[in-house]
Amino acid sequence: MKWTAQSGERGSYILDLECGGAGQYSERGVMYSHDVVIVGSGLAGLRAAQELAGNLDVAIITKVYPSRSHSGAAQGGVAAALANMDGDSIEAHIYDTVKGSDFLGDQDAIEIMCNDAPRTIYEMEHLGCPFSRTDENKIAQRAFGGHSFLRACFSADRTGHALLHTLFEQTYKMGGKLQVYSEWYMTRLIVEDGVCKGVVAMDIATGRMEVFSAKVVLFASGGYGRSFEITSNAYANTGDGAIATYRAGLPLQDMEFVQFHPTGLYQHGILLSEAARGEGGYLLNGNGERFMDKYAPGKMELAPRDIVSRSEQTEINEGRGAGPDKDYVLLDLRHLGEAKILERLPQIYHLAKDFLGVDAVTDPVPTQPTAHYSMGGIPTDNDCQVILDETGAKVEGFFAAGECSCVSVHGANRLGTNSLLEALVFGRRAGKKILEAASTAKSSSIDEKREIAAVRAGIDKIVNTSAKEELHPIRKELKNVMTYKAGVYRSGSELAEAHKKVTELQERFKHVRVDDKRENFNTNMLEAIELGHMLEYSELIVAGAEAREESRGAHARTDFPTRDDEKWLNHTMAFRKGDGGYELKYRPVVITRFEPEERKY
Amino acid sequence: MSNGEVTFIIERFDPEKDTAPYPQEYKVILEPGQTLLNCLNNIKWTQDQTLAYRYSCGSAICGSCAMRINGKAVLACKTQVSDCVKDGVIRLAPIGNTKVVRDLVVDLEPFWNALKRVRPYLTPDSQDAPEKEREQTAEEFSKIDPSTTCIMCGACYSDCNVLEVDNQFLGPVALAKAHRFIFDSRDGGGHQRLTEISETNGIWDCTHCGECTTRCPTETKPLSRIEEIKVKAMAEGHHGNAGARHVLGFRETVGRRGLLDENYLPLRTVGFFNIPGLLSIMPVGLRMMWRGKNPPMIPHYVDKVGEVNNIFARFEEFRK
Ligand SMILES: Cc1cc2nc3c(=O)[nH]c(=O)nc-3n(C[C@H](O)[C@H](O)[C@H](O)COP(=O)(O)OP(=O)(O)OC[C@H]3O[C@@H](n4cnc5c(N)ncnc54)[C@H](O)[C@@H]3O)c2cc1C
Ligand code: FES
Repeated sequence: MKWTAQSGERGSYILDLECGGAGQYSERGVMYSHDVVIVGSGLAGLRAAQELAGNLDVAIITKVYPSRSHSGAAQGGVAAALANMDGDSIEAHIYDTVKGSDFLGDQDAIEIMCNDAPRTIYEMEHLGCPFSRTDENKIAQRAFGGHSFLRACFSADRTGHALLHTLFEQTYKMGGKLQVYSEWYMTRLIVEDGVCKGVVAMDIATGRMEVFSAKVVLFASGGYGRSFEITSNAYANTGDGAIATYRAGLPLQDMEFVQFHPTGLYQHGILLSEAARGEGGYLLNGNGERFMDKYAPGKMELAPRDIVSRSEQTEINEGRGAGPDKDYVLLDLRHLGEAKILERLPQIYHLAKDFLGVDAVTDPVPTQPTAHYSMGGIPTDNDCQVILDETGAKVEGFFAAGECSCVSVHGANRLGTNSLLEALVFGRRAGKKILEAASTAKSSSIDEKREIAAVRAGIDKIVNTSAKEELHPIRKELKNVMTYKAGVYRSGSELAEAHKKVTELQERFKHVRVDDKRENFNTNMLEAIELGHMLEYSELIVAGAEAREESRGAHARTDFPTRDDEKWLNHTMAFRKGDGGYELKYRPVVITRFEPEERKY
Repeated sequence: MSNGEVTFIIERFDPEKDTAPYPQEYKVILEPGQTLLNCLNNIKWTQDQTLAYRYSCGSAICGSCAMRINGKAVLACKTQVSDCVKDGVIRLAPIGNTKVVRDLVVDLEPFWNALKRVRPYLTPDSQDAPEKEREQTAEEFSKIDPSTTCIMCGACYSDCNVLEVDNQFLGPVALAKAHRFIFDSRDGGGHQRLTEISETNGIWDCTHCGECTTRCPTETKPLSRIEEIKVKAMAEGHHGNAGARHVLGFRETVGRRGLLDENYLPLRTVGFFNIPGLLSIMPVGLRMMWRGKNPPMIPHYVDKVGEVNNIFARFEEFRK
């Protein structure tokens, strides 16, 4: 059928006038149908689309315009053992990643990712990604925490932006072969008897709710860092994909593993990339000491993030923080000199200047640990197909890639620059596998009325109510308790406190009030929906952390300070029970070549 | 103005129920270091949940939060409120050159569609992917470094004076995007791109007002990029269009006479053999004559025109 820019929906842009086969209306004239529906237009979603457009009728649903996806915020780099600067090897990349993950990463998946990394970078370069260059005109590479060679390919300190815009540009090249529903909000995943059938989504501009039927659905919906007070994550990172999956009766994996990045801009949480330390920046405590020599003398500031964040937190907790409240540490770039700061770290320079009024050329920048990356998410196999239960059975027609997924290549702690890589590598793999899967799959029928009614009922509950609870205080209290009771350091008693608080907030949320009753661009309602997601997954973060009586990677229990491979060398799987409660089960980690050993830097 | 109470006057409009935009006031106690986005969130979360605006990253990289503050487009998340308060008041409105969807949210479809017209993707010379990266010198990279920083926030698009009168103009964002490929040593489509954007609605329609560069929150600075494209287009001989003829005509008459020959220039711009074009400007010429505004039929020379001729001659030599 023929679509034109005029007859296309507002908020969905169609890049050519012809859109072969897309958008078959049902008799009611409302059902949207595509072979493949991708939710998310960050690196993972766009890379998958690249693989599929032209071969299948493929659509992307995204709650923000593609170029505004959070991948664009990534600063420091993307890892690949190109060996442009030194004698790096894929072997070393694999080992560093396994070790960085504190041995919770699945080693077969890690091997796939690292092996495919150089090809991935060259491919992005060929598509036009502007990479910074060496004197030999090759892609430049720099140091990053936990990587034992100069491995991070970068575009100044705007690497994610450069990669995301490169793929966004490609969507224009795909013309009518790809349909993008921008500013559409996915609210529900439809899975029946282990078969995925589609999603329900809402056009934000009009409030119209539609069922999208699909032979295959791919979630590439990003992370869940927003439930912390200090976070580097976009407001959009509210774990929508993870929660839609969970509510559809599927498990979530390793949710307790949340990475805290050592250099969030004090009080804002905005990220100052590790590239700042990769280029030679120091961390100082309130006494002006480079405290990392106490914690990781070998790697100093370039130890993995979990270790550096904990070191900072220890300095702060023991009274050696900087500032009037001794509640931050300092990132010192002064010795790098103005020229290098402006050439290699321009964004960091401007962020410090615009948000804190600090000139990084002349003064050290106040920083603190900030919730940054979600290691946990939707469990998948190595081809991104979603896993149904602890036996590893799979859901038909449902895939996940990028930060919303848990393959798991990052295990208990992600190494910086590995997640842009993950999104690109596994986005492509998902695309390839979906091409196969969709050619044999059939569209199945959906009870459209029932699906929409289910979503409407949830929304009506919060919109058409005389309830009194305010949205913002609930969110604020949640973020506070997550940061201070389930953050860099955790203990059994603090987690119990956090758990109690989260359930109490969930209860209050049932009576939350949404003042905005309009249909069009109702961000008040979206915030309420998102808060519902945050409350639900936060409980899983806390529950997983409470159960896991050990310290591993980003999960640091003060009451169980060591790693316990005997009991805990496994992935947590959280299932939703009929009554809305949860149940935790466990699944073994895949170990191929590297037996767990003590992790020292 | 530092701390204290600030009155936000925000332009509200819901086209589905309001007949016209109206101002609404909110009072906010300003804390040090607060950005405009912080304040908007404060208003939305504690005073009026119905206020609609876009934002996502909160760190000046996603491009969602452009809006007009006191009449000028900025990124809300990177603007310090204390820098913009005038007599305790801040006025907020949606960005310009767009249609309002609700409050500060505007329809961006025309904005994204304009990009299409510059084929915003790399068109390499050869389709065969080499085994490794293509080489690029640091200097070559530095040519595209500014234009690749564009975050597509639309601040320049909002305040572009040409777009305001002609929505067919490609506009600063699309032109900056074109720059990013024209100057990319890896792109093979430069010649074609230059031909296309030298035509009507392209580079030559820019009036150099500089609003785009003033508004740009990144290093893109569209006006500078447009200027660079113009220089390249001229240098590479893209002279078969009105804009280029105008430039050449300008140089010819000033170089010859030291003065602009205002009779010659329009004819040169349109093209001496372009009959329909000439006919189309005739009414203006006739009206000017009617009102006695036409330039003298026999053009003047400046005194000491020889010196001007010398300057031009030396410049030509220098250029060679
Ligand atoms: C500040 C910062 C800096 C970083 N720096 C680096 C770095 O230097 N190197 C590195 O490797 N990694 C870095 N990371 C991590 C990395 O950027 C992310 O993990 C990665 O980009 C995630 O990509 P993605 O495609 O999975 O998701 P995203 O890019 O987050 O995209 C998610 C998409 O899902 C869509 N979506 C979500 N929910 C819905 C819904 N309900 N309905 C419709 N659409 C929805 C969104 O619109 C968006 O398009 C950084 C992260 C942050 C926060
Ligand atoms: S919110 Fe992303 S640029 Fe302002």
